[in-house]
Amino acid sequence: MSNEIHSTKFQDKVESNVFVMFVMLAILLSVGGLVEIVPLFYLKGTMEHNQHPEIVWQRKDGQTLADWKPGDGIRPYTALELAGREVYIREGCYLCHSQMIRPFRDEKERYGHYSLASESMYDHPFQWGSKRTGPDLARVGGKYSDEWQRQHLIAPRSLVPESVMPNYPWLAENMLDGQIAVKTVAAMATLGVPYTADDYGADFSGAAAEVEGKTELDAIVAYLQVLGTMVTFEEGVDYRE
Amino acid sequence: MEATEKYNFDVVRWFTIMAVVYLVVGTLVGVIIAAQLAWPVLNFDIAELTFGRLRPLHTNAVIFAFGGCALMATAFYTVQRTCGVPLWSNKMAWFTFFLWNIIIVSAVITLPLGITQGKEYAELEWPLDILIAIAWLTYSFNFAMTIAKRKTSHIYVSNWFFLGMMVMITYLHVVNSLAIPVSLFKSYSIFSGVQDAMIQWWWGHNAVGYYLTAGFLGIMYYFVPKQANRPVFSYRLSVIHFWALMFGYVWLGAHHLQYTALPDWTGSLGAAVSLAMIIPSWGGAVNGMMTLSGAWDKLRTDYVLRFLVMSLAFYAMSTFEGPVMSSKTVNALSHYTDWGIGHVHSGALGWVVMVAAGALYHMIMKLWNTEMYSDKLVNLHFWMATIGAVIYIVAMWVSGIMQGLMWRDYDAFGTLSYTFAESVAAMHPYYVMRAVGGAIFWAGGAVMLFNMIMTIRMASATRGVGAPARA
Repeated sequence: MSNEIHSTKFQDKVESNVFVMFVMLAILLSVGGLVEIVPLFYLKGTMEHNQHPEIVWQRKDGQTLADWKPGDGIRPYTALELAGREVYIREGCYLCHSQMIRPFRDEKERYGHYSLASESMYDHPFQWGSKRTGPDLARVGGKYSDEWQRQHLIAPRSLVPESVMPNYPWLAENMLDGQIAVKTVAAMATLGVPYTADDYGADFSGAAAEVEGKTELDAIVAYLQVLGTMVTFEEGVDYRE
Repeated sequence: MEATEKYNFDVVRWFTIMAVVYLVVGTLVGVIIAAQLAWPVLNFDIAELTFGRLRPLHTNAVIFAFGGCALMATAFYTVQRTCGVPLWSNKMAWFTFFLWNIIIVSAVITLPLGITQGKEYAELEWPLDILIAIAWLTYSFNFAMTIAKRKTSHIYVSNWFFLGMMVMITYLHVVNSLAIPVSLFKSYSIFSGVQDAMIQWWWGHNAVGYYLTAGFLGIMYYFVPKQANRPVFSYRLSVIHFWALMFGYVWLGAHHLQYTALPDWTGSLGAAVSLAMIIPSWGGAVNGMMTLSGAWDKLRTDYVLRFLVMSLAFYAMSTFEGPVMSSKTVNALSHYTDWGIGHVHSGALGWVVMVAAGALYHMIMKLWNTEMYSDKLVNLHFWMATIGAVIYIVAMWVSGIMQGLMWRDYDAFGTLSYTFAESVAAMHPYYVMRAVGGAIFWAGGAVMLFNMIMTIRMASATRGVGAPARA
């Protein structure tokens, strides 16, 4: 093939030198990612709370996570909720449940107000999901009672006969580990999630007390029950252009 | 045997063998999880066997174990053949082989235990991420250095594609895996929310775009001309195909996040470039197909060539389907449904596995210097793979579109017609159909494994020696 090529001089150069080809590729392949990703970190329009600061919980001095009430605004997860989120990730819930409601009429009626970017700003990693084998969970918090959630997790088909979800009986038996809870909160704080010293102490040791004696089932129910309940949406306000 | 002495083919043989083994293993896990969605009792209330833990095992096994071994076998094979020199370092290639397989075994252990970073197709925890980076860099470096010392004046086109894949996968893996560890088995992505989502799908779609597309196009550009005994149809088309694909694919990830909390400009940009990608994709498919000009009669007798041609048909089909699904109107319906799963599998079963199977059969015959144990079994595999893939894809088209329509359907009173649970119940027949299609496809892979083992045994028996028999 190489005897019959009719390419430009530049293409010829690239094809005959692996290092030139490597550099060309390294430059070319970085463009799309740089253009699409980097602006998301600095463009103000990306996060809705830049225009609507009220959707984030405005703590007063001395207030702890325990003082927060549903609708007060987006806040960091409690240690128990984080432990529940841990179970959610471990069991691969994100593979069948999304946490991202799109701005369509049917999704609004089925799941609630469309999701905001700010609502997952403390989610390391994000859990938007890509598939709805089961329903979206972005606003599942408060939709069902704790008791319903517990029974549904242990035996889904006892409540929803059509369900194809696995049973999770072991969640009720596994106890949470206080040390892991401390490490998890500390890790989130390192990544910039705004916990204050009043929440769990400067060394986050209070996180251990919060999960003490609790099961994984308690944790995941606490997590599910807070999903989508943080923001109070006002009628007629467009949070995204 | 002359070729065997000139090149480092032992490591290629072992990558070839492991690719076929992992094909059978990875698709078997796929069949199991497909059956779990049809009959949830198959989760057996055992944590390690639930869908949520086996699904990452399935995706990692087919992408990294099967796909990785196939790419490493073919890249190390073609780079030696097209450059006329042995590998830059045979030892380093063996290092890559063992490290890659250690990673795969570790994945098989850790994923069912629920040890995961919770990002799709990037579930493996940070120590394994570091090992992947090392294995990938040794593979890439060895490949590039082999090209550097080649005897030919120009670099053959399949090597461009392999090289592009190597650079891009390095970017993707490193950035998407940035995390802070809290223990040996747990780490957290340094990114959160919308930025994490964009980075994840930049990774997710380009794992498809570079690893499963560009890499396998590298395979196509070597093995189609070889098997057909014809030169590549158009050199110019391959130049355009290559650069357009390399530049364009990177932008596509954003189309996974349309109508989400990702800013509209990003999703729309991703969708616009997706639409444009039909051109290079079809350019490549045409280039592969037309390579058979004047050699179409070979399809009657050459079953390996059938795999390669069928793979190009699926490639053309699914690179048309992709842009359609990324357009906003269709995406509003198709996103979150089984249609996405169907689309991935038309690419994975129809394109990736078919083109790899063609290449692997070709390599088995060349590497062991023999014919296949049974041509009839190659043909049987071809039909099982084709029929299995078609059943799978059709089932997911129907279920996906049905889901999308049921979710958005309103009755005469303006209320939603169906509960979510009703849509789940409606999926049952299609989930059964998908499991059946998948099982047929898997059985085809098992036929290939049997045929390969018999071929190697036959070759070793005739010669008295055989590279793998020594180990």
